[in-house]
Amino acid sequence: MRLTLRNTRITTEYGHDLVLWRSRLAQFAAFVVVLAFAAAPFAIGNYWTTVLIYAGIASVGTLGLNLLTGFTGQASLGHGFFYGVGAYAAVVLSGRFALPFPLWLIGAAMIGGFIGGLVGPFALRLRGNYLAIVSLGLVFVGQHVFEHWTSVTGGLTGTTVRAPVVLGPLDASALVLPGLTLSRNQGYFYFTWLVVLVLGLAARNIIRTRPGRALQAIRDRDLAAEVIGVSLVQYKVGAFVISSTFAACAGAMYASYTRYVSPLDFTLFLSIQFIAMMVVGGIGSVMGSIIGAVFLTALPRLIEAGSSYLPFIATQGGGKGITIFSFNQALFGLLIIGFLLFEPRGMVEIWRRLKRYFQAWPFSY
Amino acid sequence: MSDFVRFLIAGVSLGSIYALISLGFVVIYRATGVVNFSQGGLVVLGAFVTHQLAVVNAIPFVFAVPLAMAIVAGVGLLLERVVFRPMVGQPVFAMILLTLGLVFILEQVCAAFWGYDVVLLGDPWGVSTTEIFGTMVNVSDLWTIGSTAAALLAFFALFRYTTLGIAMRAGAADPEAALAHGISPQAIHGISWAIAGAVATVAGVFLAAGPKGVDIGLGLVAFRAFPAMILGGLESAEGAVIGGVLIGLIEVLSAAYLVPALPMLGANFHVVMPYLVMVAILVVRPHGLFGSPEVRRA
Repeated sequence: MRLTLRNTRITTEYGHDLVLWRSRLAQFAAFVVVLAFAAAPFAIGNYWTTVLIYAGIASVGTLGLNLLTGFTGQASLGHGFFYGVGAYAAVVLSGRFALPFPLWLIGAAMIGGFIGGLVGPFALRLRGNYLAIVSLGLVFVGQHVFEHWTSVTGGLTGTTVRAPVVLGPLDASALVLPGLTLSRNQGYFYFTWLVVLVLGLAARNIIRTRPGRALQAIRDRDLAAEVIGVSLVQYKVGAFVISSTFAACAGAMYASYTRYVSPLDFTLFLSIQFIAMMVVGGIGSVMGSIIGAVFLTALPRLIEAGSSYLPFIATQGGGKGITIFSFNQALFGLLIIGFLLFEPRGMVEIWRRLKRYFQAWPFSY
Repeated sequence: MSDFVRFLIAGVSLGSIYALISLGFVVIYRATGVVNFSQGGLVVLGAFVTHQLAVVNAIPFVFAVPLAMAIVAGVGLLLERVVFRPMVGQPVFAMILLTLGLVFILEQVCAAFWGYDVVLLGDPWGVSTTEIFGTMVNVSDLWTIGSTAAALLAFFALFRYTTLGIAMRAGAADPEAALAHGISPQAIHGISWAIAGAVATVAGVFLAAGPKGVDIGLGLVAFRAFPAMILGGLESAEGAVIGGVLIGLIEVLSAAYLVPALPMLGANFHVVMPYLVMVAILVVRPHGLFGSPEVRRA
């Protein structure tokens, strides 16, 4: 039975909590949003299209982290490492083995997942905080390997990447539509956000399934989950593998887009950025991952644009104050703490509150 | 041979610093169940405050260090009150993320106050060396080992013989029973953070002593105390000390012997050595040398 009250569906049975779309209206709204978004690169100019491409890539990584931390309750600092693994895997698979487009992306993602599967069992055998510590070690070991395995990574000088997104007649760097040819940025915009759409739906579906519910049971109370027959190690490692796969996929997309990677791209701060995106967007929310990634990718650019008005930021070539990079680090830290303390469910919760307010308007209860 | 003694002393000295840092971790972990990733930030802050007092304000070094310890202990107290107390009872991963956010704030706040250049602490040891067993060793290394030993003794005495220490152990063992005996959990948490701040300052001072100096990258060293903690067992103070010394020795000895022997491992291989040891320990003996195997109850 389906009940509606002023646009809000009342759930009367468990199945209603599991549906992908809460109503026809929600489905239609999502469709409109996607269409409007697809028009964006023609409206916002080249610079902000680039920003949105990076935001899409970050969304994929944040989605993976959210599956692990938001839905399974395991904190990991290793996302920067797996992102790097994906990037270098793309370099090797596409460059050395000359694999065509979907294969190097899938291969890079699988290599990330495989390494996650190797590390996971040691880190997740014990309850509690071990994964955070082990994955911290992973970042530093990875950093060392990226810097010194020069035949693959080019060492500190970095390496150029040739991983084109070409599928048959479709080439992301020169998409031809009837009547117009798209720029590389516009092409990559569609490619990136198509991947975000597919992986976002995949993540949504993963958490609706039986294994997905097992993950959330582990997050909510691991002991109770184990008592009702959820194998903790198996599911936690599974979540870690999926999350590493997402991160590696994002890394491969990053390498393909920038065409140059260096070990300095994959530091601990990258992991912190993913964590901040997840916390700010919404822990345990698929939409939140994307909102957080877009917001926190755009924010540093906005600050950069306004840095001449901020007195505490040093101008280029010296001057008093902290660098913009420092400021961003502190800002990400502040955002993590601020949101955890004051809005622990992130920006999606603000959005939900707004929506509820206007649905009930003019009755403010 | 004399080289070996020199490396041994340098290793134990570095290990003592790891021991101090992981002691700070263990105090907070036992009292609050939080793995505190921000300890490195406190280490950096402690070193910078000492620099401020001893060099900028020209206070004699012997007074500057205790004063810096008191200040950073106050910062620890403040952090507990403002950031962590509202989060009591929240899931573990949220607390971890919180401490992580804190590292990046603490480091950049230090950068805002003291800039990015390496600054010296104005310690009396400098680069002076002395001769032991026919080898030249840094005086600061000996001071590190001596002071750490003293700090550790004080620490164990506190936990064993004072009412406060026993109250802290009670609070860690069973918060509800401790509460029923009139022990305030808030006070315990606050004091734990204060102790962690003070200990971090000592670690920071010795890390930056002599010609090394301090910049905001110093906190990275503190992360290498995590392997020490895992090696010793997460909740064992004795384990933290022994684990710390072992990790310090492994790091220095692999820098001295392993890296020159196997150059293909890369120049800074000794820096990641602690993490590899950590993984090995997790494979063989997941609860560490002195930790108790996990017991689970509802």
